[in-house]
Amino acid sequence: MSKEKIQYKSNVVIRFAGDSGDGIQLTGTQFTTSSALAGNDLATFPDYPAEIRAPAGTMAGVSGFQLHFSSDEIYTSGDYCDVLVVMNAAALKASLVHLKKGGIIIANEDGFDEKNLRLAKYPNGENPIANDSLSEYQVHIVPVTKLTRECLKDTGLGFREMDRSKNMFVLGVLYYMYNRAMDPTINFLQSKFARKPEVAEANIKALKAGYSFADTTEIQHGRFEVKPAALEKGIYRSIMGNQATAFGVIAAAKRANLPVYYATYPITPASDILHELSRHKNFGVVTAQAEDEIAAVCSAIGASFGGSLAVTASAGPGISLKTEAISLATIYEIPLVICDIQRAGPSTGLPTKMEQADLMQAIYGRPGEAPLPVVAASSPADCFEAVFEACRIALEFMTPVFFLSDGYLANGAEPWRFPRTRDLGRIKVGFARPEDRGNGVYLPYKRDARLVRKWATPGTPGLEHRIGGLEKEDITGNVSYEPDNHEKMVRIRQQKVDNVADHIPEQTLDSGPEKGELLVIGWGSTYGTIKAALKQLREEGVDVAHAHLRYLNPFPKNLGELIRNYDRVLVPEINNGQLVRLLRDRFLVPAIPYNRIRGQPFAVAEIKNAVWEVLNGKTR
Amino acid sequence: MATTQTRESISNFTSKDLVSDQDVRWCPGCGDYSILKQVQKVLPELGLKKENIVFISGIGCSSRFPYYMNTYGMHTIHGRATAIATGLKVSRPELSVWVVTGDGDSLSIGGNHFIHTLRKNPDLNVLLFNNEIYGLTKGQFSPTSPEGKVTKSSPMGSVEHPFNPLALALGADATFVARSIDRDPKHLQDMIRRSTAHRGTSLLEIYQNCNVFNDGAFQSFTDRASKNDHALFLEDGKPLLFGKDNCKGIRLRDGYRPQIVDLDSDGVSESELWIHDEKDSLKAGMLARLSENEHGEKGDFPRAFGVFYASERSCLEEAVQSQIENAFERMGEGDLDLLIRGDHVWEIK
Repeated sequence: MSKEKIQYKSNVVIRFAGDSGDGIQLTGTQFTTSSALAGNDLATFPDYPAEIRAPAGTMAGVSGFQLHFSSDEIYTSGDYCDVLVVMNAAALKASLVHLKKGGIIIANEDGFDEKNLRLAKYPNGENPIANDSLSEYQVHIVPVTKLTRECLKDTGLGFREMDRSKNMFVLGVLYYMYNRAMDPTINFLQSKFARKPEVAEANIKALKAGYSFADTTEIQHGRFEVKPAALEKGIYRSIMGNQATAFGVIAAAKRANLPVYYATYPITPASDILHELSRHKNFGVVTAQAEDEIAAVCSAIGASFGGSLAVTASAGPGISLKTEAISLATIYEIPLVICDIQRAGPSTGLPTKMEQADLMQAIYGRPGEAPLPVVAASSPADCFEAVFEACRIALEFMTPVFFLSDGYLANGAEPWRFPRTRDLGRIKVGFARPEDRGNGVYLPYKRDARLVRKWATPGTPGLEHRIGGLEKEDITGNVSYEPDNHEKMVRIRQQKVDNVADHIPEQTLDSGPEKGELLVIGWGSTYGTIKAALKQLREEGVDVAHAHLRYLNPFPKNLGELIRNYDRVLVPEINNGQLVRLLRDRFLVPAIPYNRIRGQPFAVAEIKNAVWEVLNGKTR
Repeated sequence: MATTQTRESISNFTSKDLVSDQDVRWCPGCGDYSILKQVQKVLPELGLKKENIVFISGIGCSSRFPYYMNTYGMHTIHGRATAIATGLKVSRPELSVWVVTGDGDSLSIGGNHFIHTLRKNPDLNVLLFNNEIYGLTKGQFSPTSPEGKVTKSSPMGSVEHPFNPLALALGADATFVARSIDRDPKHLQDMIRRSTAHRGTSLLEIYQNCNVFNDGAFQSFTDRASKNDHALFLEDGKPLLFGKDNCKGIRLRDGYRPQIVDLDSDGVSESELWIHDEKDSLKAGMLARLSENEHGEKGDFPRAFGVFYASERSCLEEAVQSQIENAFERMGEGDLDLLIRGDHVWEIK
């Protein structure tokens, strides 16, 4: 057993970095699972390149995974890491900016040979782990490749196969350093490679070898432990945003007693929702991988006409292709949920990086006056509730609804105190019945007090009717070119969406005083960072309020009133200023934007600085 | 949920019940009137329930069709009717789903959905009204307009080579490919019957006269004087015959080169002619291009009408629903609480 004394830490940020083919994401998610099972609060940030396998050893191919785990409640994946694990020279060069001064570097010595140094474009003869350029960090040099090969030499595997296990060797080292159980990873490897027991065995051997190596050699800086976090009582699991989105859709269908029809065209970072849903056919889920984005949304519209909970998803570029069809669903007034897992644009932009720049597209991006509700998730786990809400509004108000997530939420993980199904609300679906025919013909655009029409699906005798993209006459739904009718219908469709505000919760403060100098309003995945920044400021004696919007269209009814309780409003967004414009337009307040557009989440320090600047009167 | 269309011996409606309360607004003399009438005539024979019939169209003159049918219907957006119909059929396999589309709608803006629908083979009845022109936008050339066609957008003649819709469909692995014409009501009714009897996507191309922007495009196939020499009506298992009193036939030289023969003067017997086989996909391809063969001493090759190709292949909605049924059998109905809980949980006390 170890002679090392264990030091306790309240929180640790580890960043794994290596080639895209090094299994960095897998290593990160395994450490995440073991930290979750150890009861830590956690937040993750996978930061990977758009290329699947860029040339090995180059800067372009560096894949990163950052994990923040803590015995306290945490809200972000961390501005900077305490520990940087680098598999090669390029990974060090690309990731050193993320490491705290004085932080720990664990470097694979074999990734710093002449070839790797050249590929990473270090000057001839310069090796950062062999000279004193890293003197302000604590550097552990571990010959990972050599040791992995050594421990697998009797397995009969070739070097290439052996080298695939070197990420597990590194994981073993870290499991020792952070006093983590290896069992969950061993179980994972056994089930993942159930059909290739020799591969499972090699990975487990490498994992254990790494653990023993750290135990027997001096990893001089000792062993650390992060105690379980004092989160709210309950049963937790670790969840990623796209997975939570998939579960939320299934849950909504269950609570509405409808089948799910989910149609998409593969696109980063939305595809994992399709992968997840396609595994759950025994929940009555139909998944369709359509021939293109347009076919995806169109087939969902067809399924919606037939009475399914119809959902489509994409990222910004794909959403723009769906635009015309979404406007069709708007004039049809049928339920449809459009998930936009935002990424950095315009065009292909930075496909694997996050951004919040599709808000205007969601709210306004359609031909004609085509309003629809917009709901945004604020954390990976919140994707479940937010998409459930999007489904509820779509079904109860017979309207297409946008659900906004982004790449940071989609792939990020956090602990989730998951709900019990029976605690989720019921979704009331207004199907038309044969008796709704009344005298004579069925009137498909007759509305209730909320201005919602009924859902008359094929197969119901007597309700045969036609819907179309041409403007329809009020009540009858027949084609009408009447000028007054058109204006009336435009206003009705707007009023119906506005009426949703009566059926969503009022806006609450996340933290801070009810009246005061400054209110910070955010939406989407900036939630954790804003919350963490304001918490730190509060500890430093600056009490600023935070409201985080889930409902972006319509806004909660009390939002204007809430805003007027503050002298100033600051709106941080990962875009060039979108919500800030909506707030200015709607409430005529001089809301102050704070924008970074680097394809990366905000750093806590950036938000703090932005607040300081506003409080000191220096508005941007 | 029923996984296939159910048919009963008697329908619960008549042709008259299919007429909607909307005034039909096609130009007087448009070929669409005949197609509407033949569809309304045939539908009650099929043993369907009226509430289970859905007509879905895209954009264009033909796509106004659903408004005139007193069934469920959707007038959608340009080119997307097949995609929308696929979603409906996959989620509601028991419905009888019809797509009404035109040459611009399905072969130009909706070309991608058209070929992918045929490949995926959901059980849809696709009626492709081909008038070789854009009517609703007032007379531009379409992807089926012949080269050199003078239109508003091609005053010096179209420089583009047209699609052969049936050859395209066969290339996309369609399981049912047929052609008819608006001015031959009896043949059109037969072809509608055959289309709907087919399990899988049935593509029925209907030559439809646009008397305003492209009048007479198909006149040679219907005029008494010319039709015998220009139209050849296919029958499964029967030789390819045409001309006055079926005096001419098509023979295949070397097994693949079509040749027009005079039965009498050439002394060729019917058994030596090309015998139509609806299950032969290679010959279907040759039939689709029959009239494109360079004319020989016996004159032009005729245009074929009828069922070119019909074969069975798994339907999309059946395959999808059977995977769902298998999943239910194998794993039982999903338990949402277990799904949400996952494999790894921990408790904070």
